[in-house]
Amino acid sequence: MKRLLERLRQGYRTIPFPDESLRLPSRFRGRFALDPSKCRAGCHRCADVCPTGAIKTEPLRLDLGACLFCPECVSACQEGAIRSTPEYRLATCTRPDLVLDGHELRLATELGEKLKRLLGRSLKLRQVSAGGCNGCESDLNVTGIVVFDIGRFGIQFVASPRHADGIVITGPVPANIQLAPRETWAAVPEPKIAIALGACAISGGPYAGSEACLGIPADIPISLYVPGCPPHPLTILDGLLRLLGRNQ
Amino acid sequence: MADLGKHETAQARPADGLCRVGNGAAVALARLPVLSDTAFRRAVVEACAAGARLAAMAVLPGPPGARTILAVLAEDAHARLALVGTPVPAPGGQLLALSAELSQAQGFERELAEQHDIRFADHPWCKPLRRHAELEGPAVGEDPHPFYRVEGTGIHEVAVGPVHAGIIEPGHFRFQCHGESVLHLEIQLGYQHRGVEAFLLRASPARRLAIAECVAGDTSIGHGLAHCMAIEALASVEAPARADGLRAIMLELERLANHVGDLGALCNDVGYLPGASWLGRLRGDFLNLSLEICGSRFGHGMLVPGGVRFDLKVEAQTSFLERLAAAEADLEHILDLVFGAPAVTSRFEDTGVLARELAESIGLVGPAGRASGCARDVRRDHPFGAYRTSRIEPARASSGGVMARAQIRARECRESIAFVRARVLDLPATALAAPLPPLRPHHLAVALTEGWRGEIVHLAASGAGGALAAYKIVDPSFHNWLGLALALRGNQISDFPLCNKSFNLSYAGHDL
Repeated sequence: MKRLLERLRQGYRTIPFPDESLRLPSRFRGRFALDPSKCRAGCHRCADVCPTGAIKTEPLRLDLGACLFCPECVSACQEGAIRSTPEYRLATCTRPDLVLDGHELRLATELGEKLKRLLGRSLKLRQVSAGGCNGCESDLNVTGIVVFDIGRFGIQFVASPRHADGIVITGPVPANIQLAPRETWAAVPEPKIAIALGACAISGGPYAGSEACLGIPADIPISLYVPGCPPHPLTILDGLLRLLGRNQ
Repeated sequence: MADLGKHETAQARPADGLCRVGNGAAVALARLPVLSDTAFRRAVVEACAAGARLAAMAVLPGPPGARTILAVLAEDAHARLALVGTPVPAPGGQLLALSAELSQAQGFERELAEQHDIRFADHPWCKPLRRHAELEGPAVGEDPHPFYRVEGTGIHEVAVGPVHAGIIEPGHFRFQCHGESVLHLEIQLGYQHRGVEAFLLRASPARRLAIAECVAGDTSIGHGLAHCMAIEALASVEAPARADGLRAIMLELERLANHVGDLGALCNDVGYLPGASWLGRLRGDFLNLSLEICGSRFGHGMLVPGGVRFDLKVEAQTSFLERLAAAEADLEHILDLVFGAPAVTSRFEDTGVLARELAESIGLVGPAGRASGCARDVRRDHPFGAYRTSRIEPARASSGGVMARAQIRARECRESIAFVRARVLDLPATALAAPLPPLRPHHLAVALTEGWRGEIVHLAASGAGGALAAYKIVDPSFHNWLGLALALRGNQISDFPLCNKSFNLSYAGHDL
């Protein structure tokens, strides 16, 4: 009886998605807004303070794939050429698309017709953590809770690569686990997709340059890049649904 | 003798030859006592017999032939840390293992052997702490990573991992079983080794902070704060009081999110889905309070050596406290159901019990340690920041099983909520950060925090010009993985997921 009452008290908590009215708090650091016209000639303060070298100047560019979404560049820029916005939609289909240069970000587009027909209403993914610190893993797990309920879109994380249509890789892929993404990818039947989730998987993140980390093997073709450290659950959800053509 | 900074607490060398410092202090490297191997061994063993614990062991660099093995002993009853060193033996030489007498040294000595090629005589199981891929392969004759094997009729082995079935970090578990019963479990980690400690030395200050936040991604504030405290100690600067208050709020929010998430995961593992679903949602409410303050669910960007970057202004406090109260009410309702459900309690009770003597001997820390009756908590024993003035009393239990580890989390959640509320209402009106002076050369800083998993230790040593020369991190998982292995003994293998969840240790934090 108590449980039933609590069930009523808890109510329905699943958020509508996609929904234009969804807004994250103003302090959330999502997509950066660049205005290269405000850059002072010769100024490279933002690039100097960036922990991962994600920013280049003259002209101003910011690589969301290497960005840790920390507040360093925004607080260093006195001209207001870099602002952070709470916009969570960030995922792209290609690596170059992750580089912001003041133009509109080219967000992920849907898979080809054949793949979309096969996977569009039922996508099973196998996750491979390869050096992930449990940040990306945590917020990927969160997509399954009642608030985000990724299952309602037909997306599910499965235990066996044999049951999967694709893999999601997190982490900078340390040498000690390099076999895992490679063999998991090989075990997924065709046709299949690979998703790089988080700064570490995309660029090495804070570990780019560490001899102990190798990165995702170059022969695994990536269909979706989800930037962030870690990406917000909404960023993940948005990226996956864009790939499936489900959130237009 | 080097001059001491204003908040250094290094004392004149007492009779036992150890150098004492307080948490978050630095000492000139020249003051570090370096004893002969037998005197070092005696000093450590005697200190531990008198109630101290090994909090960290590391190698401090020096010219060839002059590297030093450092031991950091936590003297909990005296709120101080004792430091002692001994020279790294010359190539070909070896040390008598502390582990032969002091079980809690086993992991540290295995790590020293693995990272610095130091050989230990009489170590009971001196296998590398981390499995390294380059040591494996057909070219290698002897298996460098053998598993302990139980032999006998009806004994069988179960191997799990490194790739697991869920969205989890990699690690390998090797069970020696008799029927359903686990006789022995050996946990082989190392797959997550990212070279954190070595890479930190080469990184820019901003990148060091980013790496510290990702040592274990669910403990960004715990590790980030320890890093900031170590750097502040080297720079001889203190964070302003308001920063201390905000740091403590963030640390407790991190504890709340993870404890609530763990309680939900425990419900999930015994099939109590209302608890799993509601607590899983509630975890997000605490993460979102962190986001509200600093823009990141995991607290990234909040900390900076010298203070904090974001404030919780008066006008934002009301809504913050309202949301905290709503989350508190939800939590109480759900916990009432969870701990009142026989389906849950009958599975939690008497599962994965770790007796106090065993827990103490292996140096168990954090909620898992407190669940076994080891009342260790850095916030009380070595208070730092806001905990120096606002005390928090650690939760206590003694039965040492899954139930105790769940109850400890529930109690700590209540304490953390009360603590956060009090801190929000009592934030001192100071600056958010102090400017960071250059790091003093040739100093050693020791910083401990109590993360949600337990004691976090960061050691930083500076060399010439104040450049970082050595960095050592001890995540609570370093001690506690062995606790999980021992807690499984005599349990059914089908209870492994439940026991594992009740510890919920970090692979990344262990492997570094």
